[in-house]
Amino acid sequence: MSQPDYKKEMEQFSYKQHLDYESPYRHVGKGYSRADATEKVTGQARYTYDLEFPGMLYAKCLHSPYARAKIVSIDKSKALALPGVKAVLCGEDTDIFVGLYMQDKYVFARGEARYQGEVVAAVAATTEEIAEKAITLIDVEYELLEPVYNLDQALKNETLVHPNIGEIAHTEGVFFPQADTNIASLNKSRRGDIDKGFEEADVVIENEFSLPAVAHVPLEVHNCIVQADPFSNKIKIWSSAQSPFALRQMMAASFGINESDIQVVIPYVGGGFGGKAGIHLEPLTALLSKASGGLPVKLKMSREEEFNYMPTRAGMRGRIKTGVKKDGKLTAMEIVYDWDSGAYADYGVNVGKTAVYGGLGPYDVPNAAITSNTIYTNKVFSTAYRGFGHLETLWTIERQMDVLSQKLGIDPYDFRMMNMLRPGSRTITGELVTESTGSPIDCLKAAAKEIGWTGRKTEEEREREWKTGKVSGKGFAMIQKAPAMPANTSSSVIMQMCGDGHVKMMMGGVDYGQGAVTAMAQIAAEELNVPIEMVECRRVIDTDTNPYDWNTVASKLTWMAGNATIRAARNMVKQMKKLAAAVLHSAPEFLGHKDGYIYSLHRPEQRIAYKDLALGYMFPDGSGIGGPLISHGVCMADGLTNLHPQTGQGHPAAAWTFGCHAVDIEVDIESGDIHVKKIASAFDIGQVINEKFVYGQVCGGIVQGIGSAILEGYKFSDENVLLNPSFTDNKIPTMKDMPDEIVPIYIENKQYNGPYGARGIAEHTMISVPSAIGNAVYDALGINFYRLPLTPENVMLGILSGEKDIR
Amino acid sequence: MAQKAENKACAMTTAHAESMERRVRLTCRVNGQFVVEDIDPTMLLLHFLRDRLKLFGTKEACGEGECGACTVIMNGRPVTSCLVLAIEAEGSEITTVEGLAKNGELSILQQEFIELDALQCGFCTPGMLMSARALLDRNPDPTDDDIKEAMSGNLCRCTGYRQIFDAVKKAAKREREELKRS
Repeated sequence: MSQPDYKKEMEQFSYKQHLDYESPYRHVGKGYSRADATEKVTGQARYTYDLEFPGMLYAKCLHSPYARAKIVSIDKSKALALPGVKAVLCGEDTDIFVGLYMQDKYVFARGEARYQGEVVAAVAATTEEIAEKAITLIDVEYELLEPVYNLDQALKNETLVHPNIGEIAHTEGVFFPQADTNIASLNKSRRGDIDKGFEEADVVIENEFSLPAVAHVPLEVHNCIVQADPFSNKIKIWSSAQSPFALRQMMAASFGINESDIQVVIPYVGGGFGGKAGIHLEPLTALLSKASGGLPVKLKMSREEEFNYMPTRAGMRGRIKTGVKKDGKLTAMEIVYDWDSGAYADYGVNVGKTAVYGGLGPYDVPNAAITSNTIYTNKVFSTAYRGFGHLETLWTIERQMDVLSQKLGIDPYDFRMMNMLRPGSRTITGELVTESTGSPIDCLKAAAKEIGWTGRKTEEEREREWKTGKVSGKGFAMIQKAPAMPANTSSSVIMQMCGDGHVKMMMGGVDYGQGAVTAMAQIAAEELNVPIEMVECRRVIDTDTNPYDWNTVASKLTWMAGNATIRAARNMVKQMKKLAAAVLHSAPEFLGHKDGYIYSLHRPEQRIAYKDLALGYMFPDGSGIGGPLISHGVCMADGLTNLHPQTGQGHPAAAWTFGCHAVDIEVDIESGDIHVKKIASAFDIGQVINEKFVYGQVCGGIVQGIGSAILEGYKFSDENVLLNPSFTDNKIPTMKDMPDEIVPIYIENKQYNGPYGARGIAEHTMISVPSAIGNAVYDALGINFYRLPLTPENVMLGILSGEKDIR
Repeated sequence: MAQKAENKACAMTTAHAESMERRVRLTCRVNGQFVVEDIDPTMLLLHFLRDRLKLFGTKEACGEGECGACTVIMNGRPVTSCLVLAIEAEGSEITTVEGLAKNGELSILQQEFIELDALQCGFCTPGMLMSARALLDRNPDPTDDDIKEAMSGNLCRCTGYRQIFDAVKKAAKREREELKRS
């Protein structure tokens, strides 16, 4: 069979761009402004950082200055003697564990500090300056220990970050800590016969790709206020957090109390990016509050603490071996991902686990083996970060695909097309790809077409441009990611109608900037068939009143809470029709609903207003039937399973979102500076829910991805002390770093169980930006870079080295 | 080897010593209103605005003048209020985000931020608005590079800046048209 003409297919492909997007729905897909925008542009929005309560105390932390040290003694007496100090706590005062998936972390370092920045002691005092002063009065005697510096040293297992690793309680069957090693979890997936796959290959290529840890950098630092009643188990928390219900559950587990004893309130949140999922400052602050007689205690991070105490995105090394036929067909892929996950497991082990099903790219590889080691080192620990490991795995896969296509002399576009997942293919975990799964092929076609991809630059073209001092290059990289979530994840929504027909709804997920409250109101208004102004989704989340949601992470809220919203709204319509049918002497099936009225389909003038049903219908004689309209909707992920511990087979993905970033860049060969002239990004999101917010995700993710590509990265000293814990030395992109042109492209192949066919899009917008830029740098310079970030310094060193492979 | 570490407080020293002994009088105008307060001379303008005047719209996100979240306009110039002592504001005219809307109506700049969705989590938004306001006050017809230069001291992790850039540009155009009409 002759090969299809992929380029011709690309030319003929049509798609919807941001600028010409039009929705077929009344509300869904429309670009409504966010419901909370006015509060945000007028300074009225109140974040946890802004909250104050009567009697509130201020907390400060004392951090270990050493990457690994035995805590010989702590003398708190001078701090306690300072007037205004209400409590001073350290490791010997509490043995409470904080752990998501592994019970490996105490609230305070106990006996040993495992990273520079770990909290050794904390103070609560009547003012911030007293708390700060008290911190300087705590005497700690350390005995320095040799730290586990990096992956190579960790894997020797000579020094263990957690010598008791074999006994650490953990989520069994999902994470696999290896006794007497530094491997917090070893996860695997296997498809086909990997040895046979390499035997069949004409070419086998091995490479190693790596990238450093980076910081999330939400503009609002981590902070919380906690009030813990010393006479009962009651704890009330206000926190800048993404996941109130997960926080409640983990607090309860740590303190050995009921979830119902804990109330979590989430006001406005100033960004999260995964760093505010889970549990962080709350247990420590609760202990301080309890020790201070139950007064509310506020703890907020400084920007420095944000960098070196709060968790990061892990550093990663991917070693990849690929077998391929001369014609470009992949036969085998063997990958080992090693995650430099720092001193504690947190979400890091789950990132490691996710790599075994998300770490192959959107390719149909008949024989594949992924091994993922989440590894303890004496560094600041890692957690979830936008993309949950996929930026890192795509840096490995999508760069390797590009390198392979160079070696094979095949156009990287054709090479990807040849091997892409398509209906009928199976993923590495054995999931069948169908029309409903979405199409990475459509995404590649659209993005590559948009940057005018015709093939790689020739050596002559490169030389000609070289003389001008600036060389341009084009490249692209695929995106594939599904939510990393437990198989039984759920979301829920409650709706109530006010007496005037307005609907108030509540969900359990947090809108920390993505626009979820507005998007959910759009979905509710669509189903209730009313103007958007008639629906309001509650902004503040309170676990005592809002319904449950597992976590606000993984780009799954629109998919899950969206489905729950549809169900809640349909249930409310059903209740109204039932009631209206009784009043109108009709049947629910004969009734329609629109613009605040239930009406007879046949005789539309026979109708009842929603508002007249909202609190129950009242007859002219004053008697009533029905009752207040309250509905709820839930959504539980369907058909998901845990993965087989040995083979990784199973159903992990509620929704794959595929995509492609294609870039046109310019490299300044005098300075090494990379400038993104144009980026075209296509995503198969099934259905746009709010056009403005999707655009916002795309632009935001792209620039955050540019940060990981060309700017950001943790640097450690020879003693494993973080060298760049500030914006001065650890820069993130500014307005000057934004691309000249961004072209978002929305592909809408429906997912049959998504709300209106929608899939998630949030993390996806970031995760292959570095790989696309890396591929474009090769096109520009003819040099392959294997390590991020591609800072001007690193690019210049690459150019000056005269080498073609910068490992 | 036993070691005693020198304990230090964090870099973002959010605490301000409100000592009772050393007080100076500060007189200035904030959002058009006269303010007279006795303050500690070491108090930062940021904390004066937030803690004394309860203007919580001005945000703090780094405490070292690198992120721009605390930007306010002082005598027509944008300043990072975390690096300015409150007493430096003596006799000055200060505008914060709370002073942008007039007579219950949002300013053109605020309207365009909403319309073009130039905000997500909203934490950098007040600082962004103030840097943009200061730019348009001194240069009503900025070039693309002028906008990038003026706004590059304000960090945003959510939006990718595109919509902020577009909102500033569109607001500038609308303000010029408004000026022509009046």
